[in-house]
Order: sequence, then structure tokens, then C-alpha cells
Amino acid sequence: MDKTPRTLPRQSWTFSNEVNSEIRRAAETGIYDIRGGGAKRRVPHFDDLLFLGASMSRYPLEGYREKCETGVTLGTRFAKKPIELKIPITIAGMSFGSLSGPAKEALGRGATMAGTSTTTGDGGMTEEERGHSEKLVYQYLPSRYGMNPDDLRRADAIEVVVGQGAKPGGGGMLLGQKITERVAGMRDLPQGIDQRSACRHPDWTGPDDLEIKILELREITKWEKPIYIKVGGARPYYDVALSVKAGADVIVLDGMQGGTAATQDVFIENVGQPTLACIRPAVQALQDLGMHRKVQLVVSGGIRTGADVAKALALGADAVSIGTAALIALGDNDPKWEAEYQALGSTTGAYDDWHEGRDPAGITTQDPELMARLDPVAAGRRLRNYLNVLTLECQTLARACGKSHVHNLEPEDLCALTIEAAAMAQVPLAGTNWIPGKGI
Amino acid sequence: MPSETGVKTLDMSAMELREINETLQSAAGSNEAFEVTNTRGAHAIAVGLDAPIHVTVKGSTGYYCAGMNKQATIHVKGSVGPGAAENMMSGTVIVDGDASQYAGATGHGGLLVVKGNASSRCGISMKGIDIVVHGNIGHMSAFMAQKGNLVVLGDAGDALGDSLYEARLFVRGSVKSLGADCVEKEMRPEHLKILADLLEKAGADAKPEEFRRYGSARKLYNFNIDHAGDY
Repeated sequence: MDKTPRTLPRQSWTFSNEVNSEIRRAAETGIYDIRGGGAKRRVPHFDDLLFLGASMSRYPLEGYREKCETGVTLGTRFAKKPIELKIPITIAGMSFGSLSGPAKEALGRGATMAGTSTTTGDGGMTEEERGHSEKLVYQYLPSRYGMNPDDLRRADAIEVVVGQGAKPGGGGMLLGQKITERVAGMRDLPQGIDQRSACRHPDWTGPDDLEIKILELREITKWEKPIYIKVGGARPYYDVALSVKAGADVIVLDGMQGGTAATQDVFIENVGQPTLACIRPAVQALQDLGMHRKVQLVVSGGIRTGADVAKALALGADAVSIGTAALIALGDNDPKWEAEYQALGSTTGAYDDWHEGRDPAGITTQDPELMARLDPVAAGRRLRNYLNVLTLECQTLARACGKSHVHNLEPEDLCALTIEAAAMAQVPLAGTNWIPGKGI
Repeated sequence: MPSETGVKTLDMSAMELREINETLQSAAGSNEAFEVTNTRGAHAIAVGLDAPIHVTVKGSTGYYCAGMNKQATIHVKGSVGPGAAENMMSGTVIVDGDASQYAGATGHGGLLVVKGNASSRCGISMKGIDIVVHGNIGHMSAFMAQKGNLVVLGDAGDALGDSLYEARLFVRGSVKSLGADCVEKEMRPEHLKILADLLEKAGADAKPEEFRRYGSARKLYNFNIDHAGDY
């Protein structure tokens, strides 16, 4: 027997087990991988920022005693009826079709109890969400599935979707497994087909046209509704400037960690910028135009905690929006379904085949048996609780920085743990006064 | 159509767009009739109407004339800019002149008649509307069209019906090229009947037998890697 010592087997970093499994999957199926959710790769994020807190030069507020306001008004620029929210956290657009009816109801219930808005998605407005959402934002998407003037008028705001963080420049897809009779009926499509949502709007091209489109939407809704424009985190400075030019009341900016119902993995992981990198250029554009706080900025993509909320606000956002976190609060990827995730070839926390419609948690499905697993009342309460915790956490941090309103948080309250985060957030690297790209 | 004596005139040289649309949107009676004058290419004229009223637009318009119409009959005595009758739900829109891009885009119902030509992307993503164009239509018309009927008495440009779903396309003249998954189909008696009805409603002087029908080959309905080259 050869007794020559052997080195441990060495795995390639370039050809990791995960990479190799994708190569084998591609070779077997001949099609790219499709999944839900946002970017899973590690990118600079809010975790890389810290609040400095009060000190000799800052005076803190007393927790649980001194007020720290959280209210925000969206749509103050042109709309006759701006939206008043009690908290600066909204629920992002997610479609009926990708989500079940009970899940949409739960989102509406939770958001309403917490004093905030929820948002429709591709596929139109359902009674479940309109009936249970005190404030509902109606998305105006390229597909125009289910779009009609009656729903425009009964919405509280209109969100023109130009792009989303998971796939700037990409359209949507909803595979045939989820195109049930009801979903197909709402979208005017045959049942069971793979449904494509266009990547461009069918009747306008560019910001000059969009300005006229917004005029039309305002005329149809008597100039009452705030008009949001949602953009993916691609070129935030110019996208925000052009959105202002096009007449937006509110701009929703979605970074690459923002989720999708179903998109190619290669798209999710390789297109767009991290949320952290998008905020300061967007705020700069608003400031350059004299529109900061006049056109409200809502940031989304990877918001999980009250700290994330507070940091986004400190960087200049007026509010944030959550999608994936809201689904987790409802019960998505809950460990109690681990055996079923395993049976689907996944595991708790990693399950992202939302497009297949077999979600054990009953959220991203149209299967009646699975859908019945989600109690919309209980799930709505969980979402309410979670939103309350985010708000309390955000207030805690704001008070520690001496702020009587969460909007008073500012970049000067922050430092960064890494050079990358310092450069993106344009705040000093911890322990220095150095902001990369800004000189000394 | 009500008598001329009952027609209310809305003069765009003297009234703001908001005031004109508010007047039209507030009208409820089936006998009410309006004429909009001095349009000067303004955008979003007569949008969001929701009553069986009659509106005559005297002159050419900009973008989105008659957008999201429900129930109303809107007759444009001129040409229209992009997106005329976009997302129409019901009612009738008649354009005496030409229509720019995206005429009838995403329309769910009703009838759009263009007596001149329609530019590119006519009927894009249509979802149940009927469109009759007396002249020609431009490229990429009926792209991703889902439901409804597009009737063209003249010629069609490149890539007609690309990525088509269940909309029916009828063309009397030539078709420069068909888009992905769009094929010529047999004209059966039920199609001739649909066509005859639409031609009559649109006041078109043509015989159904002169048309050819195009529709979806349905090869792209469910993704198949072997068809990826068709896109």
C-alpha cells in the first residue's frame, strides 16, 4: 500500500459544486434556470453601514418617551389626493397569479393594520386586495393585463412600472402551471400557456412620451391620484432625473436584491446595481433638480430590518418598500415545511421555484389545496407585527441619533465598514473621514 | 346621433383640457352630444369617458385621443397621434384620417375604425377590441395580440402578428412579412361572418371573400428549446 501522504481533495473556486451543478442542469435540460426572488450573491448592503449615534455633538431622544414621528405623505407634487402613510414602509407590487388570492388578501390586511399601502402587480387588481387594502397602489405595466379605467379610478395611486431591480430591461413570465382559469381570464389569455409580460410599454417610448402618457392617466383620474414611476437600479441618476421630467409624483427605485416572481437566474444575478449603490445618485438627481422631498423617493430591494429602513432613509429616501421580506413574514420559506422543501429538491430559506406553483407555504401558488394552507387573517397579523417591529427598530435608531422624525436621519449619521460601501453610500469609512471618490 | 341643435361645443382655444375632459367624463345621457373644436393636436382629448354619449372631435389630435373609452362614440374628423383609443373597453371610435403608432393598443373591447392608414404597432397587445383600417398598416402590427379582430383593407407591413396569441387578423392586400408564430389560416364560414359584420359596422366597401386570415401557430405558447430560434 502506498504510504505517500496525500493532500486533501481541493475543490475549485471557479468550478464550485454549485457552478458544476448548474452546468449539469443546463446540459440535461437545454434551458436556462428560472427562479423567483432577487440576487443571492453577496453585494455591499446596509449591513456594511453603521449609525454613529449621539455623542458630545449630538443630543439623543429618550426611547419610549420622546416622540419620533414616522408618517410620510407620498404624491405631494401634482396629485390632488396624496397618500398619507403612518409608517415609511410600503408593500411592493406582487401580482395575483404569481401569488395566491389569500396571499394578496393577507398583504392587504397586514398593510392596512400597520397604516401603510400595498400594491397590485401584473395581472390586474383583485377584489381580495382592493377589499382588504385601505390604500392600494395600482401598477400600470407593459403587459396591461387586466388594466381598465374603473380600477384606475378606484386605486389610491398609480405606479407606472418601467423596470424592476431583479431584471432591469426584462419582462416577466408566468409559466403555464400557474395560469389557471381565473388567472387566464384576468389576463385575456388561454389557460395553461406560458405567459410573457412585455419588457417595454406598448404605447410609449422614452421619457417624452411617458410625460404624455402620465397626462392621459391624470386626465382619466381627474388629477387625483399620485403617479409613481418604478425603475430598476440601472442608471439611478439619469433614471430619476428623467422620471422627474416625465412628471412623477413619486419614484420607486428597486435595487438588484429586489425580488421577482420568475426570471432567468443569469438575469437576476448579472444585471442591475445593488440597492446601496443606487440611493445616493438618485437623491443627488433630486437635489440637483430642487426636487428632493418634493418628489418622494421610495427605495426597495433587500430591506429586511428596521436598521435597513433607517439607513435607507438616512441616505435620503422618503420611504422603503418590501416584497420578499413581506412574503417571509406571511410564512414563505418557513422551516415547518422543510420536509416538503426537501421533496422539491430545496431547503428552507433557499426555496425559490415560485414559478412552478408548488409552494408548500401556499403563497406563490394557484393550487387550491396549497393555497388553503395560508390563513389570510393570521398571515395578515404576522405581517402587521413585522411592520410594527421594523418601525420600532427604525425609531430606536433615529432617537439614538437625536431625531424627532425618521426623515431627519441623514448621511452624517452613518459610517461604512468597507471601502466599497463607503464609496456607494458616500459616507466615511469607519474610523476615518475618507469617502472614496470624494478626496480627503 | 342626436340632432345638431343639441350639440354642445367645447372650444379648446377657450377651455383647458381638464375642463373639456371633465365635461365629457361627467356627461351621462345617451342623447348628449358634444363637439370639440380647435384641437390643434392636443394630447389626451376625450379620455376616460364612460357613458353612451356622442363626441365629434373637429380636427387632428395628439397622443391618446379617446384613451380607455367606455360606451362613448367618438368621431375624429381629422388624424390622430400615437395611441388612439388605447385600452378601449367598449364604444366606438372613428378616425376619418390617418392614425399614428399603437392605434387601439391593448384595447379590451369596442370598435376602432381608421378610414385612412394606421402606422406601426396597430393593435399591439390587443385584448378583445375590433379594429378596422380602411387603408394600410405599418410594421409589427398586432404584436402579442391576445384577442379580438384586426381587419385591414389595404396592405400590412413587416412582421404582422409577431408572437400572436388568439387575435384574428384579416388582410385584403399584401403582407410584407409575418412575425414569429403567425401563419395564414383557413378562412371558414364563421370567419366570413365575423368579417362581414365588422365591414358593415365600419362602413367599409369590401367583400369578406377578398381577405385572407392570419392567426397563431401556437408553437410558442409553452417554451420549447427547439423553438428558441423562432424568436
